[in-house]
Amino acid sequence: MLDKTADNGEFKYVGTRPQRPDGLDKVTGRARFGADMVMPGMLVGKVLRSPHAHAKIKSIDTSAAEALKGVKAVITADDFTIDVPEAEYDTMVNCIAHGKVLYDGHGVAAVAATSQAIANKALKLIKVDYEVLPHVTDVEEACKDDAPLLHDNIFTEGLDEAPTTPSNISGRVQFGHGDVEKGFADADTIVERKFRTEATHQGYIEPHACVGNLSADGTGELWCCTQGHFMVRNSCAAILGIDISRLRVTASEIGGGFGGKTTIFIEPIALALSRKAGRPVKVVMTRDEVFRATGPTSSASMWIKIGAKSDGTITAMEGLLKYQGGAFKGTWVSLGCMTAFACYRADHMKTVGYDVLVNRPRAAAYRAPGAPMAAFAVESVVTELAEKLGIDPLEFRLQNAAKEGDQSSYGPKHRAHGLIETLETAKAHAHYDVPLGPNQGRGIACGFWFNFGGETSTSLNIGADGTVNISVGTVDVGGSRASMCLMVAEELGVPYEKVRCVVADTSSLGHNDTTDGSRTTFASGMALILSARDAKQKLCARAAKIWEIPEEAVEWVDGHARPAGPNAGEFDPMSLAEIAGKAETTGGPIAGHHEYNARGAGVSFATHMVDTEVDPDTGRVTVLRYTVIQDAGKAVHPAYVEGQFQGGAVQGIGWAINEEYIYGEDGRLQNPGFLDYRIPVASDLPMIDTVIIENPNKGHPYGVRGVGETSIVPPMAAIANSVSAAVGVRLTELPMSPPRVLKAMDDAKA
Amino acid sequence: MSQIHVQTTINGDETEFLCDAEETLLDALRDKLGLTGAKEGCGTGDCGACSVTVDGRLVCSCLVLGAEAQGREITTIEGMANGDELHPLQQKFLDHAALQCGICTPGFLVAAKALLDHTPDPTETEVRYWLAGNLCRCTGYDKIIRAVMDTAAEMRGA
Repeated sequence: MLDKTADNGEFKYVGTRPQRPDGLDKVTGRARFGADMVMPGMLVGKVLRSPHAHAKIKSIDTSAAEALKGVKAVITADDFTIDVPEAEYDTMVNCIAHGKVLYDGHGVAAVAATSQAIANKALKLIKVDYEVLPHVTDVEEACKDDAPLLHDNIFTEGLDEAPTTPSNISGRVQFGHGDVEKGFADADTIVERKFRTEATHQGYIEPHACVGNLSADGTGELWCCTQGHFMVRNSCAAILGIDISRLRVTASEIGGGFGGKTTIFIEPIALALSRKAGRPVKVVMTRDEVFRATGPTSSASMWIKIGAKSDGTITAMEGLLKYQGGAFKGTWVSLGCMTAFACYRADHMKTVGYDVLVNRPRAAAYRAPGAPMAAFAVESVVTELAEKLGIDPLEFRLQNAAKEGDQSSYGPKHRAHGLIETLETAKAHAHYDVPLGPNQGRGIACGFWFNFGGETSTSLNIGADGTVNISVGTVDVGGSRASMCLMVAEELGVPYEKVRCVVADTSSLGHNDTTDGSRTTFASGMALILSARDAKQKLCARAAKIWEIPEEAVEWVDGHARPAGPNAGEFDPMSLAEIAGKAETTGGPIAGHHEYNARGAGVSFATHMVDTEVDPDTGRVTVLRYTVIQDAGKAVHPAYVEGQFQGGAVQGIGWAINEEYIYGEDGRLQNPGFLDYRIPVASDLPMIDTVIIENPNKGHPYGVRGVGETSIVPPMAAIANSVSAAVGVRLTELPMSPPRVLKAMDDAKA
Repeated sequence: MSQIHVQTTINGDETEFLCDAEETLLDALRDKLGLTGAKEGCGTGDCGACSVTVDGRLVCSCLVLGAEAQGREITTIEGMANGDELHPLQQKFLDHAALQCGICTPGFLVAAKALLDHTPDPTETEVRYWLAGNLCRCTGYDKIIRAVMDTAAEMRGA
């Protein structure tokens, strides 16, 4: 597939840094996000949420709320009674509790009223009779035999023998190859350790928001902030029992997602309220609701064991990962197991994972979901093992790095990738040689993410003036429309400014999978390149018609149709604009499109390097220097690639140092706000240096790899290695907040 | 419950609106006046996405009552550009790719302008501390800080 590379100097637009097409609206306040939509006659919807971590709902009395003046609809689980496909059932029950609340913040009922004040008042008038049940929020506690049971119909899947009693362990998975016992027998040095990480939230600044407008006949529209409006359409249609063709979903501008907006929370609520009230209903979450009822990522308990020969060759790698996925089954531990050892080559690898249910909100994807916590544990052990062997941790990684053709930890053989280039670049980087002062340490870590392809549909329309409109169905979370325009400009040979991209609604394109898995620039980009090639063929055909020569005697070069071949004749090249201007008389509108299930997403590896200083009196960790080196395949818009590197690194810094979900004895979230759940702010950070490596992905015409997620995989390990070097004690728990760091230092002294 | 009649100046225009006593300035701007450039990220003054200035002073409009706008001069992101001419900060944010999703951008621009209005030559540390009340989850702040520093240099004629 790769047919255009930087080496032959062919790129004209790809690789440049033009202004993004949606930029002007975003610096002037004109861009419309989820909460900015208003529809005529719109009501305000609010959700009543559980104050209990675990409780049976004995009854709900909505009569007083319904009687309040200005209340137009009240709904409970009783309004969601149709048979919902299994795949959507948990999603529905997560939106509105059915019989039992499973976590603090779980939705119980909802109202639509003429004002927010009335809606809030109505919520207080809903009487819910709860029978409080024992709860469990800790992953290890939940695995115990006597732990409070969340679901009496979940039996551990993946065991050799089907269990007869229900369990909070919803599944066991295993990955690997070889025989780790044999591998450890061959090792001269072995390091094994236990690690724990706390749950973190994606922390997007825009709370979930939507406006639903659904008629009694099942025809409706929905405006919402989401990473995947086709997913929203399909899920809502299934939950509400309507045809997907009748629900048109428009994605607003999205104020951050990072995986947290790859599912639905309020959208079916707004639609159900709207259907009942007969008017549009807007639902906007508060920040408290965002923390208590959406996201977060899994907390984890992990054990890692790695052995190596004295010459530095890794012989075996083994891991046991327990991730809680909140109150519903999840798949995140599988991804942790698959990615844990992906940076390395070893004959013997084994990871076992347990997916654990606890009384917490259902875990959602968070940027390379499942991978960062596993990398924290693995990369900590890798560094410790290197130190024990007396080998520089960077050299040790270079020595054992996975290469093309090696058996990967997750199944297939590795294809060409840039891991080794990232390590060699780190070694040569000025950062690597900066002298360190007292209480300072340097850490490095590597990271991996698969990157996805998936179902994709795009269209391209050429206007009479020769400008180009492109439609994608993948939401633009961070500047992807600029990348789309660059690739189409490149392919058609027209200026970037002549190409405009919109994110089309669900009724305008074929199905598109969600913007996740770092797939958008890869998959929608490739679909647009193929759409442009489709259009170029048609443009050549039109030129052939005008020139009255065979179609195959016309070629497309540098934005123009040209006669090609010995018998084509002499004609002046025709520009895209000239051909477009004659479209009416040569066959009508000229367009291109492409639909496929994209394959060939190239993996992306990174190496991060960080220097920290630890205050010996308080345990506070300060990040002094940070460098991200990552393989992008081909950076379409390098400024936004750097932005992905920097943003992921800083989210990782937050996860490493500050951020954690804190649950009280009562099972309630103690810090559902940005004051107490502290994400990094500008004054916490240095500049984040970046180096883009371009090892082309052979599965994309221009070599593009996904770049968005890998950047959050190495930071926690890199910082843990740095802090451990600074204080001389191995840190094994996240976040490395002052109390934890101080305790680790005190424990070491004791 | 009777509403309060508020007369104020917003982005240089004399404006009046009715609001409930407990209604925030942010809600009044967004819901009553259609000025949706200021965003609600938290409602508790922790994220800065709703930043506006009141009589030149930078505030979180979610922590100000609508009624408090009476007789004041309010400036929002919608008042930052002069017609079709962007403020240098707006242009530099575009040039430096200092936004990804863009939800925090109006707040950062309003806050950064308030900084440069009284500190035309800030150090990087001053910029970082001044903007510490504005949360961005996408960028890691690097390009935002560079954009503000670059704007300051350009506006000084450096």
